[in-house]
Amino acid sequence: MKVTRRQFVKGGVAAFTVTFAAPEFLSDLARAQGAQVRNLVVLNLSGGNDALSMLIPYNDQFYYSRRPTLAVPAGQVLQIGSDSSNVALGLHPRLTGLKQIYDQGRLALIQRTGYENQSRSHFLGTDIWSTADPNNSQALGWVGRYLDSLPSPVDALVGWNATGALPHVLQAAHTAVPSIPNPATYAFSSPNAGNEATAERTAAVRIASHVPVNQPELAFVYETAAAAMSTLGRVATVATYAPTLTYPNSGLGAALRAVAGAMVRGIGTRVFYVTTGGFDTHSGQNTNAANGAYFNLMATLNDAVLAFYTDLKNQGLLDDTLVVSFSEFGRRISENGSQGTDHGAASTMLVMGGRVSGGLYGTAANLNMDPKNPTLENNNGDVHYETDFRSVYARVIDGWLGADSVRLLNGDFRKGSLNFL
Amino acid sequence: MARTSERELEHLLRRAGFGARIDELDMYGQMSVNEIVDTLVNFDGIVDDVDGNIGKPGYVQTTTRGVFSPNSNITDARQRWLFRMVHSDRPLQEKMALFWHNHFATGYSKIAGALGATEGTRYMAAKAAEDPGRVRGQIELFRDMALGRFHDLLLAVAKDAAMLVWLDGRTNTKAKPQENFAREIMELFTMGVGNYTEPDVYAGARVFTGWNLQRPGLASDGSQHYEFIYVPAQHDTAAKTFSFPIYPDGSKTIPARGQNDGMQDGIDFINALAANPNTGRYLAKKLFRFFVSEFREPDESFVNRIAGVYSNSKFDMRIVMRELLLSPEFWDPKSYWARYSWPVEFVVRALKDVGWRGFSVDSALTPLSNMGQIMFDPPDVSGWDAGQSWFSSGAMLARMNFASTLAANQKFNLATSAKTANKSPQSFMSYFMDAIATPSVDGAVRSEWMTYLTATGTWTGADPQLQAKGSGLVHLIAGSPEYQLQ
Repeated sequence: MKVTRRQFVKGGVAAFTVTFAAPEFLSDLARAQGAQVRNLVVLNLSGGNDALSMLIPYNDQFYYSRRPTLAVPAGQVLQIGSDSSNVALGLHPRLTGLKQIYDQGRLALIQRTGYENQSRSHFLGTDIWSTADPNNSQALGWVGRYLDSLPSPVDALVGWNATGALPHVLQAAHTAVPSIPNPATYAFSSPNAGNEATAERTAAVRIASHVPVNQPELAFVYETAAAAMSTLGRVATVATYAPTLTYPNSGLGAALRAVAGAMVRGIGTRVFYVTTGGFDTHSGQNTNAANGAYFNLMATLNDAVLAFYTDLKNQGLLDDTLVVSFSEFGRRISENGSQGTDHGAASTMLVMGGRVSGGLYGTAANLNMDPKNPTLENNNGDVHYETDFRSVYARVIDGWLGADSVRLLNGDFRKGSLNFL
Repeated sequence: MARTSERELEHLLRRAGFGARIDELDMYGQMSVNEIVDTLVNFDGIVDDVDGNIGKPGYVQTTTRGVFSPNSNITDARQRWLFRMVHSDRPLQEKMALFWHNHFATGYSKIAGALGATEGTRYMAAKAAEDPGRVRGQIELFRDMALGRFHDLLLAVAKDAAMLVWLDGRTNTKAKPQENFAREIMELFTMGVGNYTEPDVYAGARVFTGWNLQRPGLASDGSQHYEFIYVPAQHDTAAKTFSFPIYPDGSKTIPARGQNDGMQDGIDFINALAANPNTGRYLAKKLFRFFVSEFREPDESFVNRIAGVYSNSKFDMRIVMRELLLSPEFWDPKSYWARYSWPVEFVVRALKDVGWRGFSVDSALTPLSNMGQIMFDPPDVSGWDAGQSWFSSGAMLARMNFASTLAANQKFNLATSAKTANKSPQSFMSYFMDAIATPSVDGAVRSEWMTYLTATGTWTGADPQLQAKGSGLVHLIAGSPEYQLQ
C-alpha cells in the first residue's frame, strides 16, 4: 500500500489545491434541470460472509448433512423461487426486509461470485476485492480509480467514507475522500469562545490550505486537514437530517442514515462506503436462534438496508441509488467443530436500487461430495466461483456510473447475462 | 561520557517511548546515547510502582465510576494503560506492549461477547497479582515478555486465554480442526503471507488440536477462571507435513505421536516458525516501520542485519531492539519525524508536552475512538492500519479537537507557565514552539500563528490574554499537521 499512497500524495497536492477553491457542487441545479444523479453505495460485509446461510439452497440434502447444527430448516427460509439451474433458494429467515425489496423487484442476488484461486486471507482477500486485481493487490481501489477518472475539479465531498479509516476500495491517485463516521462530531472545536474562537478557526482554515514543498508525507496530513475544514459546513447540514422513519440503532443504521441525509441535502457526494463487520464466524455461528451470532448479523443488515430503502423511496431518491455489497470470501461448506465455518471461496453479492432488475443471477452450487462436482473446489470443501466478481463491477461501472469498465478494470469483464442494470 | 543533545534524546524517547516528560529529559540528558539505550532495554532494573500513583495529585487524573477497576472494567483498563504511558519510568516496556498488542492484535469486543464484559477485561488487562485466580491479562503478558525471546512469547500467546477465544483455539479438536489461529500465526505473527500454503493452514490447525481452555477455581471466591489446557484426547496424533522446514535437519514433517506427547507438536511448530528465516525478516521490517521510519522502506542491509541478530541471538528481542536503537538507520536524520503518530502516541505525547495536571485520561477515550484507535480493540487480527490510514479528514478533526480539549483544560497552567514570556507575541510564540516540539514549521504557517496572536486586540501580556492566546496557540500547534509526526 505504501507505494500507491506515495503516488496519492504526489498526485494529490496539486489536485487538492484546485478542489479547495472549487465552488459548491451543483447537484441541486443539475437535478432541477432534469439530470439524473447517480449515487453508488458500496457495502462491505467484513469478515467473510457465509453466503450459504444468507441465500439458502433449502432442498439440497447435502446442505443439511454438512451443516448439522447450522442449517436453517427448510420450513423457515423465506422462499424466493428457483434459479436458472432449478435450485430452490430462500433467504435467511431474518431477512424479511430484503425479501420485501426482492418482491418489489429491486434486489439482485448474484450467486457464486469470486475469482480463480481465491485467497482465504482476510487481508489479501479484501485487497483483491478492493482493487479488482488479483495479481496486484496493492493497486489503487477500483472506486478510487473511478473517482480519478472524473473531470476535474473534483469536489472535496465527491466521496463519503462512513468508517474511521480510508478503505482500500476508495484509495485514489489524486482524489481525497473524507472519512465521516459521524457527521454530528465532524465539527471544529476551540478552547475559547466568541471572537477568539473565530480567529482560531480562521487561522486553522488558512493554515490547512498551506502546501509544504518537497514533504509529501506532511503534505498528505495538510490535505486531510484542508479537506476537513472545507467540508465542515456541508457535513453539518447532513448532521441535522430528519429521516422519514427511524433507522435502527446500529453502526450500519447510523451510516446509512447519514448517507440518505447526504443524498437528500444534495451535498454533491457520488460514492459512499459503509461497512458492517462480525462475519468471521469461526465459532458459535448460531444461524437459527434469535440473538444467535449470524441471526444478529442478518438482523443488522436487514433492518438498516430496509430503513435506507424505505427512506429513499419516501424521499423520491430510490431511482438515484445503487447499493452493491462485497465480502472478502464465502465460507467453508461443512461446519467445523465449533459450530462455525472457516474461510472459503465464492460468495453471493447483493445489488439493490430503484433501477435494478431484481432476481437471482448465476446458479447455486451443488453441495454434494462427488469428486467430479464442478461447482465446488478444495476437495469439495468450498464453493467454486461461477461469475468473476469483476463482471459485476463492470456492469456497475458501465451501466450505472457511465464510465468505461474495460479501462478501469484493465480488461474486458463484461458479461451479457448479468443484466441487473 | 558525552551527554545527549535534546534533539537526539527527544527523537529516541518519541520512538522508544511516548515522548519525554521534563524529568525524563533531565535524567536521560546526563547520559550518552549508549547509556540511555541500555537503560531503556534493561528496564527490569527500574522499579515499576507507577500504578500506585493512580489517583494521587500531581499525576494525570483518572475518572472512576464507583471503584476504579482496571482488572475488570475495560474503560478503567484503558485509563490505567494511558496513565502508564504518561508516567511509567519504563517507557520502552509500554512501547513494546503497544507493538505486541498490535502484532498479536486481539479484540476485547469478541472476548467480552463470548465471556461477558468483566471476564473480557480480565483476559485482556488483569494484573496477576491483583486477580483472585492469578489471571495474567494479555497486555501483562506483553509487558512481562516485551523484550524476551520471541519463541517464548509466541508460545505464551498460543496458550493465552484471550487468544484462545479470539482465534477460536478453544474449540480446536481432532474431529473438527479449527484453522483460524493456524492461519494467522503464519500470516501475521511470524513468516508473513506468501510463505505458506493452504495445506499448511490445515496441517497447522491439526497441530494445535487439543490446545483448549479449562475453567478451574471457585466461583465463590472469584478465583474461577479460564486457562490453557492441553487435552490429549482431542489431539490429532497423525503426522503433519508442511511446505517449509520444521526441524533443523530440514525435515518438514512433524511425526505421528501418541496423544499424551502430542503437545510437543505445537511447540515444535512454534519453534520452527520462530526460527524460519522469513520470520526474522518480517519482524525486521515491521520493527523498522514502527521504530525507525515509515517514510522509506528499510534497506536490504538493515533487514539482513536485524534478521541476523534475531537469529544469532536465538530470537532475543532485547538484543534485537538494542541493535535497532543504536543503528545508523535509527539515527539517520531522514528518520527524524519520519513516522505518523498513532492516536495513543499523539495523545500521550500531547499530555507530556502540554501538561496533564487536572486532566483525566478518561476524557481522551472518546477522542481516541474518533481518531480511529480503541485500545484493547484493534479492528481485526492484522492490527491497526497505520501510517497515512490514520489521517482521514474525520480523524484529523478528532486530533485537532483533542488538542482543543486539552488546551482548554490546561488554560490556566499554560498562562502561568508562559508568564515569563509575556513581553511580546513573538516571545510568547517562541516559548510554546520550544515547549511543544515539532518538525520545522514553514514561515507561512508561523506567520498565521502570529496573525492569530495579534488578531483580536493589542498585545498586553495580561493574564486573560495569556489564557486565551496560550490555549488557542497550543490548540493550533498540537493540532497542526507537523505535530502529528514523530
